[in-house]
Order: sequence, then structure tokens, then C-alpha cells
Amino acid sequence: MPATGHNQHAEHWVELRNHRAEIDAVEDRVLDLVDRFSYPRPSRFAIKLSLEEAIINAFKHGHEGLDPATSIRVGYTVAADRVLIFVEDQGPGFTPADVPDPTLDENLANTSGRGLMLMRAYMSEVWHNERGNRVGMLYRRPPDSTP
Amino acid sequence: MPSEQSRLRVSQTNGVTTVEFLDRNIIDEARIQAIGDELAALIDAQPKPKLLINFASVDHLTSAALGTLILISNKVRDRGGKLRLANIDPQIKEVFHITRLDQLFSIHPTTADALGTFD
Repeated sequence: MPATGHNQHAEHWVELRNHRAEIDAVEDRVLDLVDRFSYPRPSRFAIKLSLEEAIINAFKHGHEGLDPATSIRVGYTVAADRVLIFVEDQGPGFTPADVPDPTLDENLANTSGRGLMLMRAYMSEVWHNERGNRVGMLYRRPPDSTP
Repeated sequence: MPSEQSRLRVSQTNGVTTVEFLDRNIIDEARIQAIGDELAALIDAQPKPKLLINFASVDHLTSAALGTLILISNKVRDRGGKLRLANIDPQIKEVFHITRLDQLFSIHPTTADALGTFD
């Protein structure tokens, strides 16, 4: 039975503030491990995009109205067959079902609201905790891409 | 006009303004804002702007960059102009497809193809 991310735990946790250098640092750490396991280019693209979108969502939407210095936590495990990522903010949380579908005709020209759908499109699984302040994402390595 | 800190390479061809991104990653919010401001200034400088955005050097972008492109598209349309996108990496083109923004933008394989669609 394929592993699901819901009951898995991240090996590493990093706390970061909304500074580009700190965001780049954690993304580089994750992608460095992704490269060590020789994930193919499309996998790297998917993981980088999803991690960036999750971090930006946490600071921009999760922390809306909070002190800009409020930090988030990023948890990750990179293995040969999967990449597990958590992004947790300190905000009140949100209800994912309330986010409008940005691909509907009436929402197509909206200038925001695509981050979550991109994460869902590129990762194997995306889920939230009950409060809605932590997103979990699992990327399963495609079967034909073993190193 | 582009300054020393410009994030764009700008050229003119038969009344069409072609811009190419200098950044491989269009991810950082401050840079996206700066790019949006530069593109807006280019649009404001023409009565009916003809703008071609060349994505040749771009490896990554985010939903925030897509949002800025939509703002730019609206601004061009409001001024009675035309916007074309070209040379988009297949992985990024997939982002446009997944978000259905390939239906909102006029996307062309090469800048030469795009230049031929302005008249």
C-alpha cells in the first residue's frame, strides 16, 4: 500500500521569518537533498514551486494582520521515493474549501488565489490540519525515475 | 525607463516593445513588484502599446508572477493595446495550462511568431 503523508512526520524543522534570504535558505536545503537523490527535473520543478507557494501563502494569507516579524515553521523529509513537506503558520487558520476555484471562467482574471491549486496539481497529496494553519504536502517519486 | 536595477531587457521592433526577463527565477515578491512597475511604465509610455514578453530565460515563476502578468494584460487592454507572450519553457507553459491562463493570454512558440500577430 502506498505511503500517505497524513501520518508521517518531518525529520527536519526550520523556523523562518518573511525575509527572502531565509526563504531561499530553506528552499535550497530541501532542493539540495532532492538533487542528492537525483530526482528528475520535472520533480524538482514541482517541489520548488509547491514549497514556494506554501511559504508565501503562510506569510501573506496565514499571517494577515499579524506582526510582520511573526515566523513560520517548515518541516521536511527527503527520501529516495518521496518528499514530505509541512508549512505551519501562527495565524488562526483557514478553511481550504472556502477558496474559490481559480480555473472557473468567472475567476480566471483574478490576480491571486492560485497557490493552493498549483500545490494540489503538482504534489501527490496536499492536506491541512483541522485549524487550517498547517499544510502538508507529499510528493511521490514517479515510478520510472529511480536513480 | 529601465534603470541600472532594471529586471528587464527592452528592445523595439517595428513598433513592438519586446521585453526579456533578466531573472531566471521570477519568485521574489519584491522583484515581481519591480518587474510589474517597469512593465507598467513601458505601457504608459505608448498610446496603444504593443508589448511582447519573451520568457526565454525564465526557469521558475510563482502564482504571484502570474497575478502581475494579469494586471499587465488588463493595463494593455485598457489602453487599446496588444500583449503577446513567447518562448515559454515547457514546464512553465504547463503552469499556464493548469491554471487555464493559456486561455487568457496569447502565447506563441517564438518571438518571431508573436511579432507576426500584432497587425
